[in-house]
Amino acid sequence: MSRLEVVKTGKLWIGGKWPRSESGQTFAVEDNKGNVIARYALASRKDARDAVEAARVGLPAWRDATAMMRGQILYRAAEMLESRASEFCDVLIDGGMQRAAARREVDASIDRMVMLAGWCDKIHQVLGCQNSVAGPYHNFTVPQSCGVAVVFSPPTPPLLGLVTLLGSTLLMGNSVVAVVPREASMVAVLLGEVLAVSDVPNGAVNLLTGDLLPLIEPLGGHREVAVFVAAGLAKSQRTKLRVAAADGIRRVHCVPWTGAAWEDNDETCSPWFLEQFVEFKTLWHPAAC
Amino acid sequence: MTRTDTPEPLSGADWQYSPAPERFRPEIDAEYGLFIDGEFKEPRSGKMFDTINPATGDRLARIAEAGEDDVDAAMAAARAAAPRWAKTKGTERGKYLFRLARRLQECARELAVLETMDGGKPIKESRDVDLPLVAQHFFYHAGWADKLRWAFGGREPRPRGVCGQIIPWNFPLMMAAWKLAPALACGNTVVLKPAETTSLTALHMARLIQEIDLPPGVVNIVTGAGDTGRLVATHPAVRKVAFTGSTAVGRRIMEELAPREIPLTLELGGKSANIVFADAAIEQAVEGVVSGIWFNQGHVCCAGSRLLVEESILEPFVAALRERMAQLRVGDPLDKNTDVGAINSKAQLDRIRTLVGEGQAEGAILHDMQSTPLPEKGWWFPPCFFTGVQPSHSVAREEIFGPVLSVMSFRTPDEAVRRANATPYGLAAGVWTDKGSKVFEIARRMDAGVVWCNTYNQFDACSPFGGVKESGFGREGGLHGLRGYVR
Repeated sequence: MSRLEVVKTGKLWIGGKWPRSESGQTFAVEDNKGNVIARYALASRKDARDAVEAARVGLPAWRDATAMMRGQILYRAAEMLESRASEFCDVLIDGGMQRAAARREVDASIDRMVMLAGWCDKIHQVLGCQNSVAGPYHNFTVPQSCGVAVVFSPPTPPLLGLVTLLGSTLLMGNSVVAVVPREASMVAVLLGEVLAVSDVPNGAVNLLTGDLLPLIEPLGGHREVAVFVAAGLAKSQRTKLRVAAADGIRRVHCVPWTGAAWEDNDETCSPWFLEQFVEFKTLWHPAAC
Repeated sequence: MTRTDTPEPLSGADWQYSPAPERFRPEIDAEYGLFIDGEFKEPRSGKMFDTINPATGDRLARIAEAGEDDVDAAMAAARAAAPRWAKTKGTERGKYLFRLARRLQECARELAVLETMDGGKPIKESRDVDLPLVAQHFFYHAGWADKLRWAFGGREPRPRGVCGQIIPWNFPLMMAAWKLAPALACGNTVVLKPAETTSLTALHMARLIQEIDLPPGVVNIVTGAGDTGRLVATHPAVRKVAFTGSTAVGRRIMEELAPREIPLTLELGGKSANIVFADAAIEQAVEGVVSGIWFNQGHVCCAGSRLLVEESILEPFVAALRERMAQLRVGDPLDKNTDVGAINSKAQLDRIRTLVGEGQAEGAILHDMQSTPLPEKGWWFPPCFFTGVQPSHSVAREEIFGPVLSVMSFRTPDEAVRRANATPYGLAAGVWTDKGSKVFEIARRMDAGVVWCNTYNQFDACSPFGGVKESGFGREGGLHGLRGYVR
């Protein structure tokens, strides 16, 4: 006798909890034959505001953890990814990807997380410096967390794109709200489940699935957000985001990569990319006795 | 010797100084054109405006107002000069900047006096702060021109092209240097727009730029007000925009440039907190608070305009501050003893008066220099501070950009941090305590781009400057300041 399959509803991940959308709406995810294989929560403006608030509350625990601890937690996430690699592959294949390509993306994502995890306690040394001012002062410039980051993750590559943008923003101690397009929602929720068992503090990462466009303005104008990272937004959407962010003079960074460019570790893990997600603070102190 | 043998030190108005006027007078032309493609040109707009000495109200000169055709011409010159300048070897580019730095040092007196006459700041500040920093900025960046590949490990940095740069009136030549030096060192060409009340020193620097044989078009200077600035910021030839000024204008620029993928550096307003703990070296802290708010008439974006004093020392601290304030000499900016000069413009004076009036109306207590005689002509506002300030008062929230300090108190380090960060701005902060661990912890928790610990208002060409939150983004000066000018 055949067994009836239990179908999972994909939910949002906000402040360490897994709510359905406040909107009460879902969207269907289909396999490449057009069969509905799952339903995911359609994030609303209210969900977006809740997620930012959760990220604000979750920020101190993540930001104030030692850099070594953050590195350990991100590495733990890589371990958990590896242990569920075949499940990630299956989800990517369900989304229409060839098996070999799916495997390559999962492998690349695990390695990407490892590489980013290793930056946590080194990036300060590469990006910060001592400034030899013309006077009796100690003067140094240090990178610090920006605060709450909002990531608009790309439809492709669904896993590698999200892992890259989450890892890059997290490693400097930012808390993150990731807005994931429908196409990447299945793998994003699975990634959320991985992060949830990797000791990431509640609210340090929050996931919203569904449509990016209706969330651009409410998020873009939100004063609790310090920095926006946009991948997979069309030009008109990027303009809309910048206009919204101008109100609070918030930072907007657009990610230029498409296709195979996402696989390039040297580019995606370069400190010149990562420095977009830090704020530099310059400290002066007299040196005298 | 007993204490009673010592005469009471004179203070405030009792202390009479003989006049010590700066005698040097620079030659000022009756009219100044636009500096485009290496030459001074009549404006195609046909318009001129007056530049005024704010200490006398007298006209110093007439300045060209650049219109659309003029900005087009400047942009065309900058664009035409860009490929060759970008290809010029770094060492050669650097040598032009070294030459300019030297010429600025050689003309330091002329430019300092001019700066003071055109802007109203005390000669001792333009002479001892502005001009040395201007020269240092060019020296520092000159040396970067041939070392850029080491500044960006793993990258071969290339210039962005034409930079549109818009600067304010509070540190006119210094702001020009902060903008020009990194742009040129990185191989970009520039169209610079000075503030309309303070164009003279930039135009005199343009003559030095001619003298050092900088290729025509590498630096272009278009004078005018906000309309000219808008033309510069939104011009299609521009590949990088750097703006220093108010948050309101910065916001407009960001909105206007939203459809374009060009990098932006914004150095905007502030309402910076100066936090004094009870365990600070109090006399030094008082001096730091004085230079924090009354330096350059308080026309400083990073001015320490909110003073947070630990409650246990509030009373004696305020008394010391009042006594110190009474000793400040307000008046002729060209007098070498002057501490506080003229307010830069009538418009700014009106704004300061309005906000101080609001502070009084809201119930804060004004402490001012009642007996200070002020010159009859010109625009003046003597240093003052408010006590009894609530966080909701406009003098605690709004950038006044004048010599007006708001004093508040706190009880615990957490409260100090919370109150300091409770502002949409995030440019600078000051922390005063003799306890090292407290210095680092409070500094770490400040939402600010610059934190001065047991000092305030220090600047240096190699020290990155810039804010967070609504004080803008990007850095100027130092290694981090180069990043806006390469790709």
